[in-house]
Amino acid sequence: MEFFRITRDLPFMRYARTTVFLSLILFVIAVAALVARGLNLNVDFTGGTVIEVQFSKPTSPSAVRRLLVANHYKHARVENYGTASKVLIRLPTEATKSKALAVSVLRLVAARDPGASLRSVEYVGPEVGSELANQGALALLFVALGITIYLTLRFEWRFAVGAIIATIHDVVIVLGVFALFHVSFSLTVLAAVLAVLGYSVNDTVVVFDRIRENFRRMRTGTTADIIDSAITRTLSRTIMTHLLTQMMVLSMLFLGGPVLFGFALAMTVGIVVGTYGSVLVASPIVMWLGLTREDLVPRKSAAAERP
Amino acid sequence: MNQYPWWKNALIGLIVVLGLIYALPNLYGDNPAVEIRAAHGAAVDHATLVRVREILAGAKLPYKRVSHVGKGVQVRFSRAGVQLRARDLISQKLGPGFRTALALAPADPSWLRALGAQPMYLGLDLRGGVHFLLKVDMHAALRKALVEDTRALRKALRRHHIRYREARLDRAGMLHLRFRDRAQVRAARSLMARHFTDLAVTSAPHHGLHAVLTRAAILGKRHYALEQNLTALRRRVNELGVAAPVIQQEGHSRIVVELPGVEDIARAKEILGRTATLEIHMVDGKDSVERAVSSGPPPGTRVYHDRHGQPILLYRRVLYSGDDITNASTGVDPQSGQPVVNITLNGRGAAVNARVTRRNVGQRMAVVYVEVQSHLKRNDQGVPVRGPDGRRVRVTRKIEQVITAPVIREPLGGSFQITGIGNVRQARNLALLLRAGALAAPVSIIAERTVGPSLGAANIARGFYATLFGFLAIAVFMAIYYRVFGLLAAVALASNVVLLVAVLSILQATLTLPGIAGIALTVGMAIDANVLIFERIREELRNKNTPQAAIATGFERAMGTIVDSNMTTLIAGLALFWLGSGSVRGFAITLCLGILTSLFSAILVTRALVNAVYGRRRRLAHLGI
Repeated sequence: MEFFRITRDLPFMRYARTTVFLSLILFVIAVAALVARGLNLNVDFTGGTVIEVQFSKPTSPSAVRRLLVANHYKHARVENYGTASKVLIRLPTEATKSKALAVSVLRLVAARDPGASLRSVEYVGPEVGSELANQGALALLFVALGITIYLTLRFEWRFAVGAIIATIHDVVIVLGVFALFHVSFSLTVLAAVLAVLGYSVNDTVVVFDRIRENFRRMRTGTTADIIDSAITRTLSRTIMTHLLTQMMVLSMLFLGGPVLFGFALAMTVGIVVGTYGSVLVASPIVMWLGLTREDLVPRKSAAAERP
Repeated sequence: MNQYPWWKNALIGLIVVLGLIYALPNLYGDNPAVEIRAAHGAAVDHATLVRVREILAGAKLPYKRVSHVGKGVQVRFSRAGVQLRARDLISQKLGPGFRTALALAPADPSWLRALGAQPMYLGLDLRGGVHFLLKVDMHAALRKALVEDTRALRKALRRHHIRYREARLDRAGMLHLRFRDRAQVRAARSLMARHFTDLAVTSAPHHGLHAVLTRAAILGKRHYALEQNLTALRRRVNELGVAAPVIQQEGHSRIVVELPGVEDIARAKEILGRTATLEIHMVDGKDSVERAVSSGPPPGTRVYHDRHGQPILLYRRVLYSGDDITNASTGVDPQSGQPVVNITLNGRGAAVNARVTRRNVGQRMAVVYVEVQSHLKRNDQGVPVRGPDGRRVRVTRKIEQVITAPVIREPLGGSFQITGIGNVRQARNLALLLRAGALAAPVSIIAERTVGPSLGAANIARGFYATLFGFLAIAVFMAIYYRVFGLLAAVALASNVVLLVAVLSILQATLTLPGIAGIALTVGMAIDANVLIFERIREELRNKNTPQAAIATGFERAMGTIVDSNMTTLIAGLALFWLGSGSVRGFAITLCLGILTSLFSAILVTRALVNAVYGRRRRLAHLGI
């Protein structure tokens, strides 16, 4: 079986302006969402207490919230978690006056439903939270830097710039989706975002690798032709790989439960955007940066050429 | 012809088989267990084993097996709920001659353990339990060291007949000294240069000297405080009787404590966070307490309070402290029926005790309980107060309470009893704290995570099924799309999972839910290498290459691309490992190792399989791809 039996190269670069413009719009929307709504950072970053309570019957979050507000927990935020009888209660750090907080909250709640039980309690001090946020930002920066250096050494600076712009585009859009839909952003999601970073560059590299190879093998044709050929020839692989990875990620999204949901969501968006970005954003940038055959057909690095 | 030399096939086969063996223990899981040891290190005899069986049978508690393990006896259960009840029952019935502890006994067969194959360690999010991140109050640790230095310096100055007018420690940790004349200053300086190398001394006006801790001393003391706290916490956790606890240093001033399966969080916190010790003072019986309270205590004495808030006048001098206590156990006073704590002292403490009590028969001696608590400073609205540097201000509070002040009836030696403690629970906590040693510096809990055992089990199931179904979907799709090659890739992919789990088990890595996500993600990404290779082979076939040549060039050409593309993900993984902590680190480890195992499986295992199917055929007209 084969989905893509393409005989002629598809003229991707002719539409480069359109494709890049499209992703620019998406990028702007994502940035706007990030600025206007911000990320819904969870307790890992903000500090505070999260209490997960299992009720014996479906319970409305607003009733639980009223109960808590009436009992000095003014800033309590309550939502259903997973099922209708499971409730997540978030309390900011300032409300955490006593160590027995979770116990007293449970006592309040148990008055409504004696069958209620505490499933988990998470407390993060404010100092840990801000530190994690800093480390997360630092990690993003270092990964971007490391990848740029690697690609510059292994390919050429234009490729590194193209890949890093495409990757930042992917990451910002993933973050934008989290901001737009107000999905809780946890440490695990941050890990997924970093994995998206690596994964999306991975994909770009496959296309770049083929561009480099084409420059060495095809003696004729403009840079655009060569890039078109590279994208066309790797298209089948690009789509197959993403389809397969997406299967695994979707399995996590639907079966992995609430803890893995954010992780899987970030990966899902990351894979879709990453595919687009690596093919239709990174390559045009390399072209516009003025890549020519002379940059790649080696003068001195002939030894590095692949068989 | 596409054939690996025999040794290469054998090596690949051997690695996969080893992977299977070392991944296997993870399938068995582990049983909750209770371990029983004799209190004095003696072996537990067979009669006790029979007794334990009878106790469990009597209470109708189902167990799997009771057996001798090492010097002790181990009881295995199938459910954790039974384990807790059984432990309470056994420890109650067997009495104080035995110690019981909760444990997790791996359920894998002994031949696997003989090979050194062990299951991965499950993280708290999968097992259930409490995770604490503790911060050691380094400021208090340094302060304590300075106070001791000041005391020692005063003593040394007196011994060398250097008269000082002032020797005072200010709030910022600077020691202010003032002397009568320049000669005394010089003498003090040379004394300090010889015996107080921890202090950096500078001159001050009016025949004064200023001293602060040197940088090296500060570093040394911080290190000591952390090490000592780690040791003390370890002992405390052991006293709690928790199975497989984790007590680790994190960074320069933090300690991670993980207590799997602990349900009584309040008690765990109480025991971990306390910095209690005892101080023994003499009671000043000559002066009136009332006068001391109203118009200040006489020199060398201080007013303390007992549990009921009654003032009592003690000499400031500490005769000996909790550091000299070698053992503490609870008991009941046969006459009053009140709980008591029996204290055993070390040589130094015993000598001081003997000397002091001999001289002071008829006088009173006070046992003072000292505890340092640290918490955030809050304003009237309960909002934490921030200091000028923007950090939240912590206040430490020292609780000093006279537990008992008995009259010395006869000279004492190396052991004595403390009475007047209150209830049995308080006595037990006091004994535990004294036995486990004081913390060098107070700790405070800055992050805490509790996961219920049912949630842990649900997380394992979710992670497992998500990975399984994802894997099956990929395998089926590969088999349909790439036919024979796809099927072979699915087999190679399975070997990748096995190898990854094996490596993680050998490294005894902690498996967390993000770690499972990492494994799943690696499976999804590992298939990329196979897709790259197969697409190349198809391309070669389209270019009218012979099937055998297409296989060879396909693998070769894809190789460089695979390495390059995986390298970037590896960079991301390494950064995550470097900067992440806890569960994110678990994800990073699986991601990095997964890339390495997937390179092995996707390239070498797939190739070996393809060779086995197609490599020998000389006239190969058609490839199943």
